[in-house]
Amino acid sequence: MSAKLSARDVVVRRGARAVLDLPALDVESGETLAIIGPNGAGKTTLLLQLALLERPAEGEVLYDGAPARGRELALRRRMAVVFQQPLLLDRTVRKNVETGMSLRRIGGGERRRRAEAWLARFDVAHLADRRPLALSGGEAQRVSLARAFALEPEVLLLDEPFSALDAPTRAGLIEDLAAALADTRTTTVLVTHDHDEAARLGDRVGVLIGGRIRQIGRPADVFGEPADAEVAAFVGVETIVPAEVIARGDGMLTLSAAGHQLEAVSAVTAARALVCLRPEDVSLSAPGERISGSARNKLPARVTRITLTGADARVELDCGFRLVARITRRSFEDLGLREGAETVASFKATAVHLIPVGVSARAETH
Amino acid sequence: MDLVWEALKDGVRLLAHNDEDVYSITIRSLYVSGVATVISLVLGIGAGAVLAFRRFPGRLAVLTLVNTGMGFPPVVIGLVVAILLWRSGPLGELHWIYTTRAMIIAQAVIATPVITGFTAASLASLDPRLRLQVYALGASRLQMLWLLLQEVRLPLLAALMAGFGAAISEVGASVMVGGNIAGQTRVLTGAILLEQSRGNFGPALALGIILLALMISVNALFTWVQIGVRDRQRAEASPGRAPDAATMTSAGALLRR
Repeated sequence: MSAKLSARDVVVRRGARAVLDLPALDVESGETLAIIGPNGAGKTTLLLQLALLERPAEGEVLYDGAPARGRELALRRRMAVVFQQPLLLDRTVRKNVETGMSLRRIGGGERRRRAEAWLARFDVAHLADRRPLALSGGEAQRVSLARAFALEPEVLLLDEPFSALDAPTRAGLIEDLAAALADTRTTTVLVTHDHDEAARLGDRVGVLIGGRIRQIGRPADVFGEPADAEVAAFVGVETIVPAEVIARGDGMLTLSAAGHQLEAVSAVTAARALVCLRPEDVSLSAPGERISGSARNKLPARVTRITLTGADARVELDCGFRLVARITRRSFEDLGLREGAETVASFKATAVHLIPVGVSARAETH
Repeated sequence: MDLVWEALKDGVRLLAHNDEDVYSITIRSLYVSGVATVISLVLGIGAGAVLAFRRFPGRLAVLTLVNTGMGFPPVVIGLVVAILLWRSGPLGELHWIYTTRAMIIAQAVIATPVITGFTAASLASLDPRLRLQVYALGASRLQMLWLLLQEVRLPLLAALMAGFGAAISEVGASVMVGGNIAGQTRVLTGAILLEQSRGNFGPALALGIILLALMISVNALFTWVQIGVRDRQRAEASPGRAPDAATMTSAGALLRR
């Protein structure tokens, strides 16, 4: 694999503040790179840089290994961008899909063929003669995707393309996009704040916080083994506790945290570490109840706060440190939990992710 | 009451005779204001696009100037153009003073801010990301402008009507730089002024009717085009999009002098 699109020492400033700082980022040919990050992390700025729609204050964007500067128009005609809003022009759906192709001097017959094929592919062929104002949000976004794919771009850049849609519409569209990406093997960068989208569509996931890529790697690694506390918090780790390593052997570490002994499977060699736990990895049981399974860690705890969602219950606990568990609504009701009640929290040694402390946390780059 | 009645009868008689003078004055009016409008369209759309899309030092000052220009006293514009074109003035060499060219310049100066203002306002009302999307589709800067101008074609038609209206109904500047010379630079407004000053209310009223009829037919034509565009769009209500054409048109009417 080779880098199709790269950023080298790219810095973007708003006033005196650097809102984006990318020493090195490579998008490999044929891959889908998902960039996740909280609001204001610089995701859209990053996408506009890669789309050559904004010039960096410093550094450069490389296309096929060569600087893009000076040939932005020609390169933009080899890429396509889908924004959060459909941003269709006030003309028929068919003409909308054909406009970009006209700008790229693609002949009339070919334009019509591609427009028809991609409108059909995204299930909006029946809307070809409608105007954008007569479309629903989901339909309009499908047209916007069809317009991008019809350009047969070498690079596809997607800026939160689903975040303005309701959940069922979004789910359908994500599957259609995944299928289209799998068929065309288009080099793609997807920017999103949604973990599920990133995990579903990304071959790799990058975490952008405060304008910097803090971690990049396979989805399982990023979500399971966050590189630092901020990444951990963003990817859904809700319990982060400082601990000291008191014994190690056979890949198993024993740690001490707030007076509790914890066991973790980890290769960390530092003397101190942050213990990270995802809420769905923590189970609760009644005091005195025998805990089945292989949970090596059992902590008595007091319930401090309960938040009920549709199918789940989020339970905040105090066991010397703050621990968060997410259990099913059913087990929540079986346990009869109340705020102030005593319970036992348990989790496997393999569910614990450790972030070494003292060693500078550095983003893993590929 | 007699005066009005006599004037009306005179006027109808004049129109019925198909007087050659009246005919050539009307054609001259259309020619001068038509050319002036075309010039101000080119200048106004260009300047409006720059004002809408570019951030440059002094932009606010220029916007203020344009907004003032939309209501600038034509007499002052006439005076400035006259000074510039005066035989001993900086552009006196051209010998354009007291010609239709001078009138075209004056009317273009009057209509340009109107069209600039409308263009800037309507382009600025578009979602700024639409410009990025159009660039991302592969548009050059000119192609981007062309595509976005089509997005605001309704308010642009309103701008066209307002600009033409401002030009053809203007009298002070045209007379100052054109001289109101019979057979050469006399247009409808100038002729009305002259007839009225001589006490010939009949011919003045007849010319007034022609001017009104002319403006109404031109606006009717553009309105017809506008409505045609809108019907083809079969647009459901779209709050926050391009400014409503009807509002823009009445705003244009207010600007006319």
